[in-house]
Amino acid sequence: MALLGHLSLWLAFLVGLWGAITGFVGGIQNRADLQQSARNATFALFAALLVAVISLEISIFRHDFSLEYVAAYTSRNLPTFYLWSALYAGQKGSLLFWATVLSLFAMLVQIMTGGRHRVYLPFVAAVTCTVATFFITVMLFAANPFERLTFMPLDGRGMNPQLQNPGMVFHPPMLYLGYISITIPFAFAIAALLSKRLDSDWLVAIRKWTLVSWLFLSIGLLIGMWWAYVELGWGGYWAWDPVENAALLPWLVMTAFLHSVMVQEKRGMLKKWNLALIIGAWLLSIFGTFITRSGVIASVHSFTQSSVGYYFLVFLVLASVLSFALYTSRLPLLEAEATLESMVSREASFLFNNLLLIGIAFSVLWGTLFPILSEAIKGTKITVGPPFFNQVNIPLGLALLAMTGIGPLIAWRRASIPNLKRQFAVPLTSGIFTLLILLVAGVRDVGALMAISIGGFVFGTVVQEFARGARARHRQYGESTPYAVVQLLARNRRRYGGYIVHVAIVMLFVAFAGMAFKTETEATLRPGESAELKGRDGHVYTFTHLGISQYNALNRQVTAALIDVRRDGKAFGRLRTEKRQHVDALGNPTFQPSTEVGIMSGLRVDLYVVLAGLVNGTEQAVFRFTINPLVWWVWFGGFVLVIGGLIVLWPGGGPVAVRGSKGPGSQAGYAVKLEPVP
Amino acid sequence: MIDRLGRRAFFGVAAAAAGAVLQDTVRAGRVYDPERAGRPQLPVTAADNDKRIQELEKRLRCSCGCGLDIYTCRTTDFACTYSPALHQQVLRLTGQGKTAQQVIDEFVAQYGQEALMAPPKRGFNLAGYFVPSLAIILAAAVLVRVLRRWTREAQAVPATPTPPPDATPAELERLQRELKRLDA
Repeated sequence: MALLGHLSLWLAFLVGLWGAITGFVGGIQNRADLQQSARNATFALFAALLVAVISLEISIFRHDFSLEYVAAYTSRNLPTFYLWSALYAGQKGSLLFWATVLSLFAMLVQIMTGGRHRVYLPFVAAVTCTVATFFITVMLFAANPFERLTFMPLDGRGMNPQLQNPGMVFHPPMLYLGYISITIPFAFAIAALLSKRLDSDWLVAIRKWTLVSWLFLSIGLLIGMWWAYVELGWGGYWAWDPVENAALLPWLVMTAFLHSVMVQEKRGMLKKWNLALIIGAWLLSIFGTFITRSGVIASVHSFTQSSVGYYFLVFLVLASVLSFALYTSRLPLLEAEATLESMVSREASFLFNNLLLIGIAFSVLWGTLFPILSEAIKGTKITVGPPFFNQVNIPLGLALLAMTGIGPLIAWRRASIPNLKRQFAVPLTSGIFTLLILLVAGVRDVGALMAISIGGFVFGTVVQEFARGARARHRQYGESTPYAVVQLLARNRRRYGGYIVHVAIVMLFVAFAGMAFKTETEATLRPGESAELKGRDGHVYTFTHLGISQYNALNRQVTAALIDVRRDGKAFGRLRTEKRQHVDALGNPTFQPSTEVGIMSGLRVDLYVVLAGLVNGTEQAVFRFTINPLVWWVWFGGFVLVIGGLIVLWPGGGPVAVRGSKGPGSQAGYAVKLEPVP
Repeated sequence: MIDRLGRRAFFGVAAAAAGAVLQDTVRAGRVYDPERAGRPQLPVTAADNDKRIQELEKRLRCSCGCGLDIYTCRTTDFACTYSPALHQQVLRLTGQGKTAQQVIDEFVAQYGQEALMAPPKRGFNLAGYFVPSLAIILAAAVLVRVLRRWTREAQAVPATPTPPPDATPAELERLQRELKRLDA
């Protein structure tokens, strides 16, 4: 199997090279035979890499420990569920997974792209094949998943216990899908630049792919946050770790693109900016991969330091230079078709929204790289942790949240004062009302007050938009309000799906603000003893240690503590928190004992209990009890965000009017059906 | 005789202490295999829950390489041997009556600036704090300037005559009526 996998990698390498060459040459010389060959190469590339993946998976499931990768990340007693995910648990396997998914996207884009966008496909095939070939090169020359050991161990080392969590089965693939699929919009952008077809057609071709990528990246980030919360045991979900930051950067840039692309679609403006954003998002995805895999920045997420980093650095520099050289050479072809009529317009608000998104991306990038910069320039090693990122990004985040509410209220082209008054009245009232409620409730944390009040303003905006749209449909078609809302979503998915995403963003910000009210305590308890903790929800929670039990599971020895929880003296439930000592098939300990958190999740607060350890080997145990407010809303907000994204992405739901391609650009607003005048 | 009395007293105290410990142990119950539960823990003290200590530790980095602050590391990674020792150092220094800033200064003197979760706001580090803000302010200024130029250019371009509408006057009137009703 290993030999077959290795040979498949070499075959994929050759096919990738062929696809890249025929794609570029066929596209430039407009030769149909080469173009067809490039298209076929993407299919062959996927087939070859799929064989490599299947070979590696069979080796993993057969426990073929003669393969270094299988021995390093699996063991005989690893649950089947996690055997599958071992494919991307380590550097080498994840590179194979990356290249295979990219080849799948490369093939899908060839199949699914039709009509007038087919002209871009040879170049798209060339770019995707080039990127995939790079990943295969790294595998073949620096990180071969089919590398053999000189001996056959009895058992493998096993998977890191923290990766043995359902979140870890889904988090990396989702994040990879997000990262990898950015290559498709990037490939279309390069295709548009190379073919000099720089009207707005390419936008239509890539908008959905960008949305797909954004959605996968959002899901990946959210599952990653959930995994950090339930698995790592520190009680939070975002730590501004360099690798987390690296995943956030392309997400921010793509979010900026998904907003500014509307200006190009409706007004034919910002062409240069949109192309730069797409190229930037892709380069940032490669930068993120470089950070994760090079070990250049210390991170809990990093793979083992290896020479792979140099490959990525060279690729990143080359890709940046070539992309921006091509971009610069085409600037004269990217002139705007319209001009801005007023500073107070939707177009201008989108630009300020972009400024904030890119500003946040820059500050995150700057903070992530500043330790390297400081060491290189001043020779001083420093740490840039959460206090720095919070200080810099919280004000920007609040401003961005406000823009989420302001943008939809401002008309395209030019907004008049009466129009602004009419548009802002309800949302502003909603925001002020929220602020007053919070003040009356005794909230004094400035950050939380601002976040939740601005959230109230944005929510007011969205409700007003839905209400007006539903009212218009009710007047025009006599539809009931719920049916009218459903029709609004069905008939203008982009706009109203986008508003649902905005509601999700409000939920997320409110949930983030909730962490300002976290309360926690540590306690040493014997069985029967209790600790009390008052939450910001006004309730007193009593945690009673019921006892410790120890037992063996499939690949671990478990020490579990059972906690009885009472709220204001009344029974509220039971929590269980564990220490797990993972063992190999022979019963030998493999990793350091890990902690399983006990969580009781609610709409208002999460009760979060961690078993720190035992005192003197007795049932007397040390616990950390935490009350985390509003965490449930992070996950629910994430769910709503995905639903909103899917509504936007769902095919149909109103035509996408593109200025300069088919007919005049459509105005924002409500469609009015003109009935024949009797 | 004195020796014998002393020895008797010693054994008496030791037996009482052992009895007390045993009683505690019996109350708590010994687990089957303590090794499985990770590193043994010391009982929590009032200082461990002191908010001022916790806030101070959240500003200091654990040197185990986890990237977390001392407080988060010691209450999360129970296998870490660095954070408990660093916690004890913080307790010792605060026990000597040192202020939070003095403790931080001592950590910086001993471990370098890397011991801080965020670099101090001085010297080259100021670039770390202010470059993003300055860049955004600069970009905002450029954006406003560009937008103004664009709007001026738009105003300078003579308005193209509006082509006659395809709609009939009756249709236009109906459109106006619908639009007014929507805006209401």
